[in-house]
Amino acid sequence: MNNERYELNKELAQMLKGGVIMDVTTPEQAKIAEAAGACAVMALERIPADIRAAGGVSRMSDPAMIKGIQNAVSIPVMAKCRIGHFAEAQILEAIEIDYIDESEVLSPADDVYHIDKTKFRVPFVCGSKDLGEALRRISEGASMIRTKGEPGTGDIIQAVRHMRKIQSEIAQLASRREDELFEEAKRLQVSIDLVKYVHENKKLPVVNFAAGGVATPADAALMMQLGAEGVFVGSGIFKSGNPQKRAEAIVKAVTNYDNPDMIAKLSENLGEAMVGINEQEIALLMAERGK
Amino acid sequence: MTGILAVQGAFLEHGKCLEKLGADYRYIRKRDDFSENIDRLIFPGGESTTQRKLIKELGLFDILKEKISAGMPVLGTCAGLILLAEKISNDNPFLSTLPVTVCRNAYGRQLGSFSATGNIGNISDYPMRFIRAPYIEKILSDSVEILNITDEKITAVRYKNQLGISFHPELTDDLRIHQLFLSL
Repeated sequence: MNNERYELNKELAQMLKGGVIMDVTTPEQAKIAEAAGACAVMALERIPADIRAAGGVSRMSDPAMIKGIQNAVSIPVMAKCRIGHFAEAQILEAIEIDYIDESEVLSPADDVYHIDKTKFRVPFVCGSKDLGEALRRISEGASMIRTKGEPGTGDIIQAVRHMRKIQSEIAQLASRREDELFEEAKRLQVSIDLVKYVHENKKLPVVNFAAGGVATPADAALMMQLGAEGVFVGSGIFKSGNPQKRAEAIVKAVTNYDNPDMIAKLSENLGEAMVGINEQEIALLMAERGK
Repeated sequence: MTGILAVQGAFLEHGKCLEKLGADYRYIRKRDDFSENIDRLIFPGGESTTQRKLIKELGLFDILKEKISAGMPVLGTCAGLILLAEKISNDNPFLSTLPVTVCRNAYGRQLGSFSATGNIGNISDYPMRFIRAPYIEKILSDSVEILNITDEKITAVRYKNQLGISFHPELTDDLRIHQLFLSL
C-alpha cells in the first residue's frame, strides 16, 4: 500500500466522524440502519451477543451474505476478519469492502502476529484498550481505531475504561519532555515517530471511535463526551425491543451529545434495551484478544 | 459569520480552515444554532443519507433551503454537493437549490477513492481528494459555471452564490477554495 492510499483511507474515516456504525446481519437490517441514519454498516453473520451465546469458533462471514448487504445500501459497508487472518482479509478486499475490522469479536487466527495491513489497499479499523495497542495497530497499517469495549454485553464499562485510558495516556505523553520520548517509545513498543506525532498533536494520527457495549443514547453521549469521534453499535440495536427507534435515537444522540435536553427526549419510550451481561458474569473477555 | 453544518461528517476540518483565515464561524447541530448573524454556510463531507435525515429531523431543512434560495453563499463539499443538487441520478434530491444532476458514489467503493491535481476556475494546481465521491453528470442551467473537469467528469461548479464541489478542500492545507467562498 502506498502512502497516498493510506491517506485516502484515513480520510474515509474522517468522513464517518460524528456518525454511528451499526452491526447488521441481513439486507433488511442494513436498510433499517441506513434509514435510521447510520453512516456505515458492519456486515456480519451473527452479532456479538449471539456469537457469545453460541460459543465455538467464530469466523469471517460468508462473502455472499456481505455482498447482499453491499447491494442493499449506498452507505459504506464494513466487515470483520479474524485477528491475524490475512487470507480472510484478502477475500474481503477482493469483494471491495469499504473497511475491514480486524476484530477480537471473532476467534483470533494468530496469537502472535496481527495482519500486516500495509499490504492492503482497503482500509482497516482495529480495536485497542490503551495507547500502546492503538499505536501498534497504526504502525501495522490501521487507518482507524476503536475501543475494544466488551462486545455483545450491552455493558459500557470496558469501552469507558479503554477510552479514558487512551485519552489520559495521550495527555501524559503530550506533557513529557522531548528527551523522554525515546523511553516512552520503548515502553509503548512503538516507533519514535508515532510517539512524536502524539506528543506534538495531542491526538492519535487516525480517527478514534467508541465500540463495545453501547446500548442507549446516553451510552453514546457518554462516549462522545469522553472523546470518541463516533460510535459503533453492535448488539445494542437489533437485540433491543424497537431497533429502528433506538437506532434513530442513538444517531441523534451522537450529533447532539452535549445537549442533555435533547437526549432526555430521545431516551423516552425506546422500548426494551438489550438485556446485557455484566462483565463479572462473562467467561470470555474478548478485549484480551490481540495486544 | 459562517454556519458550518455539523450534524455528521468532517465539519471540524472546515472550522480549522476558517480559523486559519481568521473568519468567524459556528457549528450548526440543531435549529437553535442557526442564529441571526449567520450569513454564509458550509456543508461538509460525510454521509449524505445520514446528514439528510438529521437535517430534516433536527428542524433545519426549511431554514437552509430558504436562506440558500434567497442568495446566502454556500460551499458544499462531497456530501454537501449532494445536499444542494437539484437532481440526483441515483437518489431523490434534497435541497434542490443547485441546478445540476449529481451521481452519488460515482467512482464506486473506497477502492475507487483517489487524488488528483487540477485548476479550479482561476485557482491553479489545487490538490483534490476524492473520497467515495460524487460527480456532476449534467448542468441544468446556463448560469452554472464549470470550475473543474477531471477525467472528463465535472467535479466543481459555481452557480450564483453556491459552490458545489465533489472533493474535499477541508482535507488539504490549501485554503484558496475557502478564500473564494469567503469572497462570495
